[in-house]
Amino acid sequence: MTDKTINIEVPVLARVEGEGALELTIQDNRLQDLKLRIYEPPRFFEKLLAGRSYNEVMDIVARICGICPVAYQMSAVQAIENSFNISITPGIRNLRRLMYCGEWIESHALHIHMLAAPDFLGVNNVIEMAAQYPDIVRRGLKLQSLGNRIIRELGGRSVHPVSICAGGFSAFPNASSLQALLYDLEEAVGDAEQLIEWTTRLDLPEHGQQFCCVALSHADEYAINNGTIKSSDGLDIDIAQYQEYFVEQHVPHSTALHSTLNNEPYLVGPLARLNLNHETLPDDVRAIISRYGITVPSYNMYHSIIARAIEIYFAITEAIRILKDHNASTAPALAVTPRAGIGYGCTEAPRGILWHRYELDEQGFVSSATIVPPTSQNQARIEEDIRVTLETLGLERSDDELRAEGERVIRNYDPCISCATHFLKLRVTRN
Amino acid sequence: MKPRVAVHKFASCDGCQLAFLNAGEDLLTISTLVELVHFAEAGPVDPDARVDIAFIEGSITTPHDIDRIQRIRKNCKYLVTIGACATAGGLQALRNYANAEQWVPEIYAQPEYIQSLDTSTPIRDHVDVDFELWGCPISTQQLLVVLRDMLSNIKPHIRQEKVCMECKRNQNICVMVTQGSPCMGPVTQAGCGAICPGVGRDCYACFGPSENANTTALANRFEGFGFLPQDIIRRFRFINNNATVYKAEAEKWSAKND
Repeated sequence: MTDKTINIEVPVLARVEGEGALELTIQDNRLQDLKLRIYEPPRFFEKLLAGRSYNEVMDIVARICGICPVAYQMSAVQAIENSFNISITPGIRNLRRLMYCGEWIESHALHIHMLAAPDFLGVNNVIEMAAQYPDIVRRGLKLQSLGNRIIRELGGRSVHPVSICAGGFSAFPNASSLQALLYDLEEAVGDAEQLIEWTTRLDLPEHGQQFCCVALSHADEYAINNGTIKSSDGLDIDIAQYQEYFVEQHVPHSTALHSTLNNEPYLVGPLARLNLNHETLPDDVRAIISRYGITVPSYNMYHSIIARAIEIYFAITEAIRILKDHNASTAPALAVTPRAGIGYGCTEAPRGILWHRYELDEQGFVSSATIVPPTSQNQARIEEDIRVTLETLGLERSDDELRAEGERVIRNYDPCISCATHFLKLRVTRN
Repeated sequence: MKPRVAVHKFASCDGCQLAFLNAGEDLLTISTLVELVHFAEAGPVDPDARVDIAFIEGSITTPHDIDRIQRIRKNCKYLVTIGACATAGGLQALRNYANAEQWVPEIYAQPEYIQSLDTSTPIRDHVDVDFELWGCPISTQQLLVVLRDMLSNIKPHIRQEKVCMECKRNQNICVMVTQGSPCMGPVTQAGCGAICPGVGRDCYACFGPSENANTTALANRFEGFGFLPQDIIRRFRFINNNATVYKAEAEKWSAKND
């Protein structure tokens, strides 16, 4: 009988998680136990929100994540407006969607080039990649900067922007800066298409699995900031019903709460969105998908990098459409009258659905807040994926091979640990 | 040999590390000037490596953090904090004014698995710090200035003038004078570009205290506008709630409120 306990330790984790580890217990060549440990020092945001005015909420929740602050602000503002019974105008809605496009472009470009691509090119990191593939890295940095630029034009800065408020925006950018932005976006369409083509040429493993996809869905558009919550198993619910169907559990080995749907793990994020919503993509994006022979829907998680590239292209063309339609005379905000109530918000963060619920008192102060981020929703699915992938690979493989494959799997999900899992340290105990 | 640089993370949102990763072409320039030996988000991980400069993001919130920061201090020549968390304990230092011990069981079903201190504290409370860069998030421009200064063997210098100065240079309309908004600009360090008044709203002090911050005069002005003591406390107890002068001003109004 062979007993092999493998601990994969991540000494330093960035983004949400402060510390994490992947723990495998292998016995008789079978996986007895698998735990993706996540130890983010808790920052207690839901508690920090209590007693704060609705206007402070957007500045607080932005600080949950420096990579997707816009997503946190958008889910929060939607929940507050829902609670106050405010319907924003189409003009405000469109500019919020434009700002969100910026965050998708920035976050996806960062993940593709700095975190994921090195896996498929035999280099250790983006600096090494820049030496071998300078043009690819420069194109990526340019797209990332363009995404940041959109957020900056609308929100003052790309990390923790300052303009989103209940009822709309504190102010709209002036027409000339939007015109300059439109020009640069049009210049970038070619780069975005080349990026899709480049991701389809990467040597991605063939690895199909069964899993349930969950995303916001909208009849008229590729859902970003509005929709119902749909699953590939036929679920279609209002966002207010989320907690009736999805269960959050605290597992001993993580400070991120695990989420399940019908007791099963599920996937959120770019691949889930593409799988569920590809029919709502504009014709030119669908034409590109067929031009490069991209399989949609796909149940190969390695195709996530292609899904991100497609969403960058979509977000750029969508931003162009919004800018062309924008009417400069639209009022930036509606008047707001606080009232007591409960509000729900759900939007598609770069990593998947981000669900918020707030209870506000008659003056608009927060009595309670609940936030469900995408990474915790994906955590159970990541564990399941690692299990299937490593069993398929063969548990008799060397620890180094198991570690490397485990890391690659984790990074497909762009969880907040993807950066640090790049260099998982392996500790092996054999009995 | 190129100077060796590490970027470490503690409790934070990662937004200040993005000052490097969002630098675009400048990121590639930085990689030619220094050797990035530890920077988990960009790739290299070697947390115990000896380095010339260690940049620290995030605040100290767990017992393990205290050990880590002491090891980092031993292994670096210069230690620079980046951002509100590392420099002042961050927004999450709001727990210092609450009964944080109770929060764990209220959020987590199995509180025994959560290791957390009752406080969130800045790096300077635990080890010597050579330079502190404020901001939530820091500005890439200021970070590059600090790095360039240090590589040239110059003590870094960042102006600590008030947001008002930047605001006037931008020709913004003063939101405090024209709208009676509780703008924190008069006691807040410049560097953000006065972006909040730029979109017509009041500054919320994310860059921390300016030089010679007259918090008392400002708080009295807020009271004159009709704000209640609890409103004034919330103004000072926000992103940089643990910064010395903000903390003291909030405590003054807290005592009045009792």
